[in-house]
Amino acid sequence: MNTSLITKAYIVSGMPHILLAPERSAGWGRLRSAFEAIRADIDREEADLILYFSTQWLSILGYTFQADPRPEWVHVDQNWHELGSMPYQFTIDCDFAGAYAEAVAEMGYKTRLINYKGFPIDTGTIVAQKLLNPQNRLPAAMVSCNMYSEKEETTRLGQAAARALQRSGKKAIAVLVSSLSHRFHVEPLDPVHDRISSRKDEEWNRKILEMLAAGQVENVAQTVREFARQAHGDQKFKGMWWLNGLLGQSNDFEGKVYAYEAVWGTGATAVRLKPTHPVTATPFDPVAAREEGSQADLVEALTDFERSSRPPSPPTTPLSVPPPSTLPAPPFPDFEIVNPGSAEPVGNYPHARRYGDVLFLSGIGPRKPGSKEIPGVSFDADRRVVAYDIREQTRSVIENVKTILEHAGSSLEKVLDVQVFLTNMARDFPGYNEVYNQAFANIRPTRTTVEVGALPTPIAVEFKVIARP
Amino acid sequence: MSRGAIVAGVLAPHPPHLVYAENPPQNEPRAECGWEVLRWAYERCRANIKALKPDVLLVHSPHWPTYMGHHVLGLPHFKGLSVDPVFPHLFRYHYDCSIDVALSLELRDAMEAQGLKTAVVTNPDFRLDYGSIISLHLINPAWDLPVVLISANQAAFYYSNEIGTEVAQRLGQATRTAVEQSGKRAVLLASCSLSHRHFVHEPDIPEDMSYERIHHHGQYLWDMKVLDMMRRGQSKELLDIMPEFIEMATAEVKAGSLAWLLEALGVPTYAAEVHGYGTVIGTGNAVVEWNPSRTQGGQG
Repeated sequence: MNTSLITKAYIVSGMPHILLAPERSAGWGRLRSAFEAIRADIDREEADLILYFSTQWLSILGYTFQADPRPEWVHVDQNWHELGSMPYQFTIDCDFAGAYAEAVAEMGYKTRLINYKGFPIDTGTIVAQKLLNPQNRLPAAMVSCNMYSEKEETTRLGQAAARALQRSGKKAIAVLVSSLSHRFHVEPLDPVHDRISSRKDEEWNRKILEMLAAGQVENVAQTVREFARQAHGDQKFKGMWWLNGLLGQSNDFEGKVYAYEAVWGTGATAVRLKPTHPVTATPFDPVAAREEGSQADLVEALTDFERSSRPPSPPTTPLSVPPPSTLPAPPFPDFEIVNPGSAEPVGNYPHARRYGDVLFLSGIGPRKPGSKEIPGVSFDADRRVVAYDIREQTRSVIENVKTILEHAGSSLEKVLDVQVFLTNMARDFPGYNEVYNQAFANIRPTRTTVEVGALPTPIAVEFKVIARP
Repeated sequence: MSRGAIVAGVLAPHPPHLVYAENPPQNEPRAECGWEVLRWAYERCRANIKALKPDVLLVHSPHWPTYMGHHVLGLPHFKGLSVDPVFPHLFRYHYDCSIDVALSLELRDAMEAQGLKTAVVTNPDFRLDYGSIISLHLINPAWDLPVVLISANQAAFYYSNEIGTEVAQRLGQATRTAVEQSGKRAVLLASCSLSHRHFVHEPDIPEDMSYERIHHHGQYLWDMKVLDMMRRGQSKELLDIMPEFIEMATAEVKAGSLAWLLEALGVPTYAAEVHGYGTVIGTGNAVVEWNPSRTQGGQG
């Protein structure tokens, strides 16, 4: 039984060109195909509702929630009116809207349920809903994007959605409607020649997509500020904080990039994130929230001088790369990995190095970080070894290897090859082998065990590991 | 055909609260009272504008933001329901608006002659922005004059306040040219507040005036400085400090409405008439009229 509150999450562009004019540009057409593939994916999914956060629905007084059970209008985008009209009639899960608003109000934010004929649903939400859920198979929920909210508040807004789902006993598909980079071309453009507005934006978009393809939602959320600064992220790309809060702030996802194209200079994408572990709700911590306050309150406090106005790591899974025409290969990974939580190297080398899709670990011994302690080794007053336990040392080595792998975004299960160095093969092999089997019997990497004359510190065993990232 | 003229210009802010408080038949929500000083200012200004017997009203609104150049409306009539996305509980307004398409197209041509990019709306489903509607209602609630709506190019947001102001001034020159060539008597409305930092909370009764005040003192000082320059006829000096004003007071004029207006008026050296100043959820708003017939006995 799938107990995840979110069955799948998607990040899609809300540019109307994808809905109204896919034939004008090959790139827009590929985005349209990607949306259609996602729609088919959603159609196969069992969920109770589809939940949207669009960077194009801005609020300034807290948060607003669509609560008109059947909103209906003929929408025209203010900028792209020549592309045509977007008639819509949507089905809204008003019960969930109320539950979500309540969960947000509990955190001290102002909320408003919107049930007004003609309320302008934003272009982005309309584009996504018309392409991903055209028959209203799933009732929709829509929450606004507060212009002033920052990371903590927006993350909490996402967490509140998970709590509302939990309380409602519902499962949702989550859709973040947002561009990546958001610089428009400001001169007339032949759509055939549409391109990302700058090389810098292009590079940053690809960094983000590489992480998303690896399912690293939390890592992307941590990168949002710098990305927004460098690539003019859509509403500072804060929607990613909402999504991360909703999804439990982890990297436990399988990512798939369906498409990445320019739409009038912006970075438009269609990405799927499939949880590899159930998404659950995070309890609200009122003490922490009170200490942090809201960003809006903070802005007000910093500028209200007179009186208050108020009433009382690298990828965890192989990259899922679309055809070369839509996403050329990302830059070749080649970098060092140093884990501050592991024992310091005894020479000038990192704990590991990633080269392409392979992780090479340096020789790892049993020493613990921040001390000279070697588990299982007894010393005399002159720090000469008087006894050692090869089993305990081996367990510690494997634990150290695991820590470094996980810091690099990998795991013990992804180990491909192990070289083992023992200082006394005859005496230590049985004990080491017993512990080794406990850890690796089901993983079955290739292995080589050799005896060596000495190791750099008074240890009896060291592992040299190669793994997948 | 005689040469057309811009017979007046108005700084015509668009808080939906002002329409809400007035309870016009077009607006669905109902209020008890509120923001009277600003509404009475509008009443005085409205009478002056009516006396000029203009042929057309042109409005520039930050709430029609466009990225590629400026857009105008190319159909003769727009009718619909405007719902403020931020204050839907205050503003759900049924509008019925005639467009001066001929002047809109002349303006487009003049803009292109200035090197500005343009687009013309020909989609009948297009919904007019609530900023334009509010300013137009407050100046002409009878809606008995054709209008020209001009979008706000986002150059100030995209590049810098300096470039945004320069683009707005070029638009102002184009507007002046187009009006003169049209032979019409035009009134221009710059639909924007002055300082625009606002509170992010709202009292339970939106029109509860005990909560209404400027957001902070620095904002008020800037607003007064700018209004004083208007009253002294120091338009050129005001244009010079516009980027700094935008930055220091988070001014809504960033979208270019005021720079457009001053340039179109020929950077007036005569005094503007400040009909009133008031705050709306902390923002600074003034109804200001540049009317040479009143202050100079001139062009009107």
